Amino acid sequence: MFIDQLFNGLSVGSILLLIAIGLAITFGLMGVINMAHGELMMVGAYTTYVIQQWFTSHMPHSAGLYFVAAIPLSFLAAALLGWGLEKSLIRHLYRRPLDSLLATWGISLILQQTARLIFGAPNVAVVPPSWLDGGIRLFGAVFPYKRLFILCLVLAIVFFLYMYLMKTRAGRRIQAVTMNRSMAACLGIATQKVDAYSFAIGSGLAGVAGCALTLLGPIGPTIGTYYIVDAFMVVILGGVGKLAGTLLGAFGIGLISTFVEYSTSATIAKVIVFVLIIAFLQWKPSGLLSVRTRSLD
Amino acid sequence: MFQMNRGKGVRMKPAFMWKLWLLLCVSVFALGGCAASSAVDQAKNENQNDSSSAGKEGDVVKVGILHSLSGTMAISEVSLRDAELMAIEEINASGGLLSKKIEPVVEDGASDWPTFAEKAKKLLQKDQVAAIFGGWTSASRKAMLPVVEQNHGLLWYPVQYEGMESSPNIFYTGATTNQQIVPAVSWLLKNRGKTFFLLGSDYVFPRTANKIIKAQLKAEGGQVVGEEYTPLGHTDYSTIISKIKQVKPAVVFNTLNGDSNVAFFKQLKDAGITPKDVTVMSVSIAEEEIRGIGPDVLAGHLAVWNYFQTTDTPENKAFVQKYKEKYGQDRVTDDPIEAAYTAVHLWAEAVKKAGSFDVDQVKKAAAGLEYKAPEGTVKIDGETQHLWKTVRIGEIQADGQFKELWNSGQPVKPDPYLKSYPWAKGLSE
Repeated sequence: MFIDQLFNGLSVGSILLLIAIGLAITFGLMGVINMAHGELMMVGAYTTYVIQQWFTSHMPHSAGLYFVAAIPLSFLAAALLGWGLEKSLIRHLYRRPLDSLLATWGISLILQQTARLIFGAPNVAVVPPSWLDGGIRLFGAVFPYKRLFILCLVLAIVFFLYMYLMKTRAGRRIQAVTMNRSMAACLGIATQKVDAYSFAIGSGLAGVAGCALTLLGPIGPTIGTYYIVDAFMVVILGGVGKLAGTLLGAFGIGLISTFVEYSTSATIAKVIVFVLIIAFLQWKPSGLLSVRTRSLD
Repeated sequence: MFQMNRGKGVRMKPAFMWKLWLLLCVSVFALGGCAASSAVDQAKNENQNDSSSAGKEGDVVKVGILHSLSGTMAISEVSLRDAELMAIEEINASGGLLSKKIEPVVEDGASDWPTFAEKAKKLLQKDQVAAIFGGWTSASRKAMLPVVEQNHGLLWYPVQYEGMESSPNIFYTGATTNQQIVPAVSWLLKNRGKTFFLLGSDYVFPRTANKIIKAQLKAEGGQVVGEEYTPLGHTDYSTIISKIKQVKPAVVFNTLNGDSNVAFFKQLKDAGITPKDVTVMSVSIAEEEIRGIGPDVLAGHLAVWNYFQTTDTPENKAFVQKYKEKYGQDRVTDDPIEAAYTAVHLWAEAVKKAGSFDVDQVKKAAAGLEYKAPEGTVKIDGETQHLWKTVRIGEIQADGQFKELWNSGQPVKPDPYLKSYPWAKGLSE
């Protein structure tokens, strides 16, 4: 039973990380209070649905492969939308956090209503690919393939994101701009361009999260609202501006909440986790890992 | 490569951009609003030509239709509006009521309970409607209750609920607990086993329902091995599934509501638990919800209702065919949709019998009224203003429809306060 719960905790942690990692870029690194993050996930989920419909009608023999195509395409769809949003709206709101909160919340409502107009108010069903059905039996516990898949997917994303931010020129530009914008601009970095593609990457990762969560959860116009609070919680607990903090925060919350839930109940677990987080932030207001950049001083 | 930093110089432009954006936002919202209210306009326009005189004068009689057409509950409630409009159309096509055409006034409760109260007041006071058909959640009904009682209106509420209520101004056309939950528990005890795991969303309906189930199990020799509540919109059931695996109940009695069901059933299947291992009995999953959850993960599990789309009566064949012709072949009918449709016809029958639209006379005429509904014959119980309904337990099939496993054979007398069950003493306080 302990192994079961340990795995559940890691799995919940991986899901939290998945939904928070995009936000760790748009909110954590860029400082935009992006209330539309959940709706960008919704875009990814609906993209998966559309791709599945297309596969089942055009190539029914390999319909199970739709998921392989869905991951990059949901990234693209959400990234494109995020890029458009940044270009048209968000870039006018940097350093005005309250305005960005209201404006992105407005966007989230518009996106929800748009989804309702296109796909209707009821949920749609995505049938998970058959190669992800079932699970491995080990030590008397069952490890569902879907949860293992999400765990691997999120670790892969973290690895690539780390490589991208640390080892590529484009990634290092993002870091430079978040650490000291004016200095980066003086050194010839096109900060506005960097802003646009950072936001697009963050949005794209939200799209991937939406795609992966179709395996476990519902797909409807309001799914974004279920995840948005958790996403902010993870990023804030981890320490705004630190990706490693987001990682720690996600797995920490995941493990604690599953073990608390196991010995109490789901509602109480939620309360206890919130209380713990608030208490922790009282003690360390900047989160698990604090950032040392001049822009935040 | 050099770019200007965001200084004061560039700030002028955003002000202009803002206005553009505001304009865009407003127009998008207006468009969305138009689409949502187009059905309302349509309904209004159909009868606009005859008169603008209010209420029961002239040759039209107004009725209110009050469901959530936007917000989270729109998922379920839009279909009820469709069914009610269809019933009104049928009555108008056969010559109307007391030689008057029925004019529906459609309002949006917006998934917000104070809005339900406000719109009910508007319908009764301004439009002076003869009856209101509306509501889904118990919260919306409880918000409308004082309004219809104060204004002496008539509300027809079409959804199964937790019982313990009977207002003189409300007719309940959905099941109360002794027509859904209580017979389901008895059937499960007889056919599936004695150990029950209770799982529900954390609000009034599941908690009341589970209180009743626990009392009944105690009296009939069952055993509760687990009781869990999750917040509305909860999406991770891994821990609860671990608990289910550990206690190995014969039955999971599921009162989860809304999207949580999708997460629960998907994750239950992934954990390798099949309907052969544990029977899951649900009370809020009907054909409409099955479409959103996916029949693949639900197949083999059970639900209890008074009506299935597959219920075999001549009235139901005609009803399903008409509904699909009107709203699309991909649409399905289910228990609340049928109850909403039946409510309109019951009201019309009562009005015909009374020869008047007056609330008191309609109520008097309604007592004992029988009607051949798609679900079979129903009868209005004058004392409680609930319906006598046949109970049906069905197994979900791979095509998203139900196969009926059991039915009560005849309509069951409604007993919202469970007075006829000795074990239920003390529950209604």
